[in-house]
Amino acid sequence: MTAAVFIGCSFIAFGPALALCVCTIAAAPCLPHRWVLCSVYIAGKTVSLSCFFKLVFQIIYSISMVNGVCGRVCVCFVTHFNTGLPFSCVFVCVLCIVSGLGFAIMSGVFSLVNILTDSLGPGTVGIYGDSPQYFLSSAFMTLAIVLLHVFWGIAFFDACEKKKWWALALVILSHLLVSGLTFLNPQYEGSLVPSYIIMMLMVTWAFFTAGGSLRNLKLRLMCRDKDFLLGNQHPR
Amino acid sequence: MAAGAGWRMGAGERGRRGAETLFRGLLFCVLGCGFCWGNSVERKIYIPLNKTAPCVRLLNATHQIGCQSSMNGDTGVIHVVEKAQDLKWVLTDGPHPPYMVLLDGELFTRELMLQLKGSSRISGLAVAISKPSPAQGFSPGLKCPNDGFGVYSNDYGPQYAHCNWTAWNPLGNGLAYEDFNFPIFLLEDANETQVIKQCYQDHNLPQNGSVPEYPLCAMQLFAHMHAVTNTVTCMRRSSLQTAFSLNPEEVCDALSDYNVWSTLKPINTSSKINPLDEVIIVATRIDSHSFFWNVAPGAESAVASFVTHLAAAEALHKVPDVQMLPRNIMFTFFQGETFDYIGSSRMVYDMKMDKFPIRLDNIHSFLELSQVALRNSSVLWVHTDPVSRRNDSIQPQVETLVEALINSSVGANVTLQEVGQSQPLPPSSFQRFLRAKSIPGVVLADHRTSFQNRYYQSMYDTAENILMKYPEGLSPEETLDYVTDTAKSLAEVATVVARALYQLAGGTGNTSAIQADPRTVSRMLYGFLIKTNNSWFQSIIKQDLKGLLGDELPQHYIAVTTLVNTTQLVQYVLANLTGTVVNFTKEECLNPEKTPNPEKEMYVYTWVQGSRDPNSTSRVPFCVQSTVHLTKAASPAFELKQWGSTEYSTWTESRWKDIRARIFLIASKELESTLEAIAEADI
Repeated sequence: MTAAVFIGCSFIAFGPALALCVCTIAAAPCLPHRWVLCSVYIAGKTVSLSCFFKLVFQIIYSISMVNGVCGRVCVCFVTHFNTGLPFSCVFVCVLCIVSGLGFAIMSGVFSLVNILTDSLGPGTVGIYGDSPQYFLSSAFMTLAIVLLHVFWGIAFFDACEKKKWWALALVILSHLLVSGLTFLNPQYEGSLVPSYIIMMLMVTWAFFTAGGSLRNLKLRLMCRDKDFLLGNQHPR
Repeated sequence: MAAGAGWRMGAGERGRRGAETLFRGLLFCVLGCGFCWGNSVERKIYIPLNKTAPCVRLLNATHQIGCQSSMNGDTGVIHVVEKAQDLKWVLTDGPHPPYMVLLDGELFTRELMLQLKGSSRISGLAVAISKPSPAQGFSPGLKCPNDGFGVYSNDYGPQYAHCNWTAWNPLGNGLAYEDFNFPIFLLEDANETQVIKQCYQDHNLPQNGSVPEYPLCAMQLFAHMHAVTNTVTCMRRSSLQTAFSLNPEEVCDALSDYNVWSTLKPINTSSKINPLDEVIIVATRIDSHSFFWNVAPGAESAVASFVTHLAAAEALHKVPDVQMLPRNIMFTFFQGETFDYIGSSRMVYDMKMDKFPIRLDNIHSFLELSQVALRNSSVLWVHTDPVSRRNDSIQPQVETLVEALINSSVGANVTLQEVGQSQPLPPSSFQRFLRAKSIPGVVLADHRTSFQNRYYQSMYDTAENILMKYPEGLSPEETLDYVTDTAKSLAEVATVVARALYQLAGGTGNTSAIQADPRTVSRMLYGFLIKTNNSWFQSIIKQDLKGLLGDELPQHYIAVTTLVNTTQLVQYVLANLTGTVVNFTKEECLNPEKTPNPEKEMYVYTWVQGSRDPNSTSRVPFCVQSTVHLTKAASPAFELKQWGSTEYSTWTESRWKDIRARIFLIASKELESTLEAIAEADI
């Protein structure tokens, strides 16, 4: 449609994730790990790009790659290469946000960049009868998936650490569910609304998993605890 | 935060860095590959228009003509104009300018175009070709074609200059010679036009008098031209680029191609002919033009004339004693005559500079076939030049010429009549020869004063314009062989011309046996006007030229690439009709200089693929010996680097990168503002 649509949709989809990055990650640089995590995720995602007809299989595969193989491999990398670094990433919670954000941004980029490129042109979707809200709803769906990746990351790391296999299965199942909901497009009510409901559920779960509580939330909102996040972490 | 551990590059560190580099490499490769695949979102948004023809920019010494779009195309809301009142919405009333007008072919007139040209609310125009052709005629050419480059000027017959005597093309509105600053495309396919009109009706029609709402149907036309101002400017810029840049970006190219010529008696082209030898030149043009690029059917203005010429050449070659005739006959097909006589001016220049085997002094007389297909009650008019006829040596020769023609028309269904002796020549290649030397000559045409052709140099000058009618239900092969009335009429003209030429060349035998073959004429008309990919053309071309023949309607525009299809086909048809089959092997035919034989220097040998055996799928190729040659048809202005010349043609065509058209929906500006607001809130 124009640059306005491009900028608008990009910020809708990636704004909160970038804000999260600025607030949480910028203080604790773990650059090498982010690259590793992101690259491995992309390697998994390329399988889905190459063959349109095996969409379902690709989604399942990429989810299992992300959550299963990549997650374990990344944790392996982190613990193995932890020595000898200029800064040691001792706060696993920050690490899980990093990994979640990495996957989130990559997933968001892969979902949306194709659509964003076309939104730069003068035309909008609709000449063949598709919904003209295509760009907007894609951006919101991507936002939901981006945030969900962050929260899945947190929940997944916690589940791996505490060996809560039911939590692990739940994360994978909810990932599959949200991916499956995208098949309901262009009935955007059917895909967007449940995705946002799942996102709200996941944010609550991730919040409590990360050690938050209603009391902490109240204190934080009333700006009583400045170093809330860092103060609550235990070095390993 | 880490306690200051210092920087230690251990083995683990090196291994980590190696893995990191590998992953980064993988990341970049994959990101690069990720964008290569087909873009289905683009297919949801745009409908490309494939069967279109653009209007491009042409330049001459002083002006630029044609159309131009912005660098990244011009977009506008579509508005269909089917009657003159619809234009008011576009020019004043419509609330969503700029508009992209979809115009019916009937309304494509000078008045309407000048209205659009002056408006800033137009971003482009798409013209739907009108079927059938507009009844009142349509010609985007000039009223006085090739004015200033013929023979009549202030020094030579000033009362005839600038069409003071008669406007040859009165229907000419000069649209093709105007400069438009928005793109104009021709929609050749009625189905695509219907798709656009449907999109317009679904989205852009005002409902119950209210303003149409977003999203609206819009069109984008890409036709950005690189050259500006005139030929002097663009050639200067191109030559600077070629001289100083490692990667030159030329901006325009001269219109050029090749002339095709052949002689009745073979001559040695590597040397000049005897100064006492006399040659009669027969000439026609083989190109045309229209408002749109590479749309030039040119049926009446070019094709009918050169087909008649080819048939006359064939008829003459069949006469047994032609090799003993005292004078030679040169059959010449000039390319680029539409653009200020490119081909003929170059040949005259070459003759003057002694670069051509025949000199101007060798020319005994000149016979030109202008537009001959629309004869009114079988009358063929004979035009001569009144100024040169005042010369006492030219006048009797012209009279001999005319007499030979009239004698030859006895018994044929052609009535030759001379136009008034004070009438000037119509636009013709003969005028370029007269500029150099007074030569006796005539121009044969089907019109006495102004053209009979109501679609001169337009997209409507097609087979229908010369009344070529085929019965329904014929297969392509049957259509190829069917003899139309037009073919019979042109064959009559060819017969008259052949007989007259025989007499003029000094032949003394009976001319009644000289007959042009209507079947050959019909096949040529089919091949040059309807479909070049037919069995006869396939059998007379070389083996490796499959791309020459196509299934779409043939166009006869000179273009800037060398050897356009028309030139090559005329060359092969002339070789086939006037040449002889010789019993050479492929090796001997392709390399004639290897076998010593003095005769071989006079001829040109072509290895053609032959016709298909009815029982098998392979072809039987053979060698054709002919006297058909090609000489460059590029304006001398470019040889002499006189880009601002008023003496020679200076036409150039601009270069471009991207020419295409597409339609899509556009959203409102309010939606975009909403998106921006949401985005800011997000941050």
